[in-house]
Amino acid sequence: MTIEIYIPRDSSALSMGAEKVALAIGNEAKKRGLDVHIIRNGSRGLYWLETMVEVSTASGRVAYGPVKVGDVPSLFDADFVHGKAHALNLGLTEELPWLKKQQRLTFARVGITDPISLADYIAHEGYQGLKNALRLSASEIVKIVTDSGLRGRGGAAFPTGIKWNTVLGCQSEQKYIVCNADEGDSGTYSDRMIMEGDPFVLIEGMTIAAIAVGATQGYIYLRSEYPHALVTLNAAIEAANQAGYLGADILGSGRAFYLEVRRAAGAYVCGEETSLLESLEGKRGQVRFKPPLPAIEGLFGKPTVVNNVISLATVPIILHKGAQYYADFGMGRSRGTLPIQLAGNIKQGGLVELAFGATLRELLYDFGGGSATGRPIRAVQVGGPLGAFLPESQFDTPLDYEAFSQLWAVLGHGGIVAFDDSVDMAVMARYAFEFCAIESCGKCTPCRIGSTRGAEVMDQIIAGKDTVKNIKLVRDLSDTMLNGSLCALGGMTPYPVLSAMNHFPEDFETKKASAAA
Amino acid sequence: MQDLPIKIDALIAKHQHLPGALLPLLHAIQDEVGYVPEASYKPIAKGLNLSVAEVHGVVTFYHHFRTHKPGRHTLQICRAESCQAMGSVALEAHAKQCLNIDYHQTTKDDAITLEPVYCLGNCALSPAVMMDDEIYGRVSAADLDALVAEATA
Repeated sequence: MTIEIYIPRDSSALSMGAEKVALAIGNEAKKRGLDVHIIRNGSRGLYWLETMVEVSTASGRVAYGPVKVGDVPSLFDADFVHGKAHALNLGLTEELPWLKKQQRLTFARVGITDPISLADYIAHEGYQGLKNALRLSASEIVKIVTDSGLRGRGGAAFPTGIKWNTVLGCQSEQKYIVCNADEGDSGTYSDRMIMEGDPFVLIEGMTIAAIAVGATQGYIYLRSEYPHALVTLNAAIEAANQAGYLGADILGSGRAFYLEVRRAAGAYVCGEETSLLESLEGKRGQVRFKPPLPAIEGLFGKPTVVNNVISLATVPIILHKGAQYYADFGMGRSRGTLPIQLAGNIKQGGLVELAFGATLRELLYDFGGGSATGRPIRAVQVGGPLGAFLPESQFDTPLDYEAFSQLWAVLGHGGIVAFDDSVDMAVMARYAFEFCAIESCGKCTPCRIGSTRGAEVMDQIIAGKDTVKNIKLVRDLSDTMLNGSLCALGGMTPYPVLSAMNHFPEDFETKKASAAA
Repeated sequence: MQDLPIKIDALIAKHQHLPGALLPLLHAIQDEVGYVPEASYKPIAKGLNLSVAEVHGVVTFYHHFRTHKPGRHTLQICRAESCQAMGSVALEAHAKQCLNIDYHQTTKDDAITLEPVYCLGNCALSPAVMMDDEIYGRVSAADLDALVAEATA
């Protein structure tokens, strides 16, 4: 009987040598005359265990990790192909507490299926949402998405259904669905995991969006730093086209939807929806004034839905299982689940999908296992480079959009970056300005000039020069950027800067003493 | 590089009918040639009905596009927060010292161009680097040396 072995094709697994491990396992099996079938799946998201290899057994998939090329002969010696004992044997994958404690809705198939096999996708409840959608009217689909409480997972948390309703209400010969896959926030990788691990769910979500609002053309704007995601997406789109899930006549419904991946070119600001649209039009990625909203005048001036990867990839399960099913997860006005990404100085980094409401502490310690260096976690930055730094005293905050905004922080795209006690928060504040200066599109003055001036003043503070005066100057500057910038890049750079100053004043005020010493 | 104009004309012809053709075209040129030569601005502008200034503006706006020939390999080191939390500042200093170049420069033997990058999406396994299209996680100074040695061998 053929033995099924799963070895991820996910970028992070590849970064730990998954390609070489797959090659070694294939060669070793051949040498030993074993009949194995290697499936290159997505990652289960337990990244500290990559390369995690799984074998199918009668009682379920058994995991081994972290596997290095050198471990391969001993794994075969131990008969791992039948799930036998070995120092790297982790037991049944489904029973791993890290996975068992999660509520995987958007990520239901990631790591389980072969990402580019349409048959595998369909065998795991894929395209059920689209089939339901094809039986409904446009406004019924929009109502289901609205009732589910789904909010934009890119960071802004705007209700997805309301955005769709605006596009649905526009009269136009041409409408577009644009997927924002320019996942530029440091500490985030859930979009990448979906695109590399279950691309069909994104394609299905975009197709449902197209049917709901009456769009016929879609674009996935993918960051250029994700070459593997590009390959996976294109393979999946090709398969969907071949099988009639995309193209001129979707499943015989008479509805057309064409989908194309467009590569970004390394500009962080193009994650902002209006500069993304400029970029798709072939221009410099400069932010547009709003109004008009992209929903009314978006790509090439036509009504356009712009949604993040996770938002769109969550639509299929909502259409499949119903609005209430999804809305039953979560707390307050944050309904459903959030794919959280543990990153930075963390022992067990990876993807944790949970209903809203879990606390930072649970994530950092129960899932993350504390810092990688073994030192105390001093600060976390949540929500990317424009997110606030939170001190230990705020680790009991539940992950909920409103709870975070009360602390003057953001959940953003769900990335959590941990820092141990060796971090210098003044250096982090300086970096926030520097990053903004590098990535500013240059259209508005507070962002373009303010970021450079901010970095200069932080240099003074770090050098211990006129600390009191300069701290006040940074606060004034932050106020200008916060209130005067055109988009979130300049407008939210003050979040990391001011939160670092407010929660860790000792890193700013004591510079003089240490510089003089 | 004699055939450069022919190559570029062929790519323009292939892409000019796309809506918003400029970025896909620039990617195609860089994939094929290794960079976007300034000599291509004029034919691109003509083919896409743009001004040369517009083409120049787009090429120089995006970090990904480069206007000069890079080394045989490109090493990108992530500078973003997650990697900083795991020692990327020391790693970049080490790389610059070993290669004896700064960011955006190429080693004398034309082997490696060093570039900063702001997130490779490998944040659970920081610090991360990318050599050409291959990504590496939890990279130590010794790992980096090995990567460089392999690339220059």
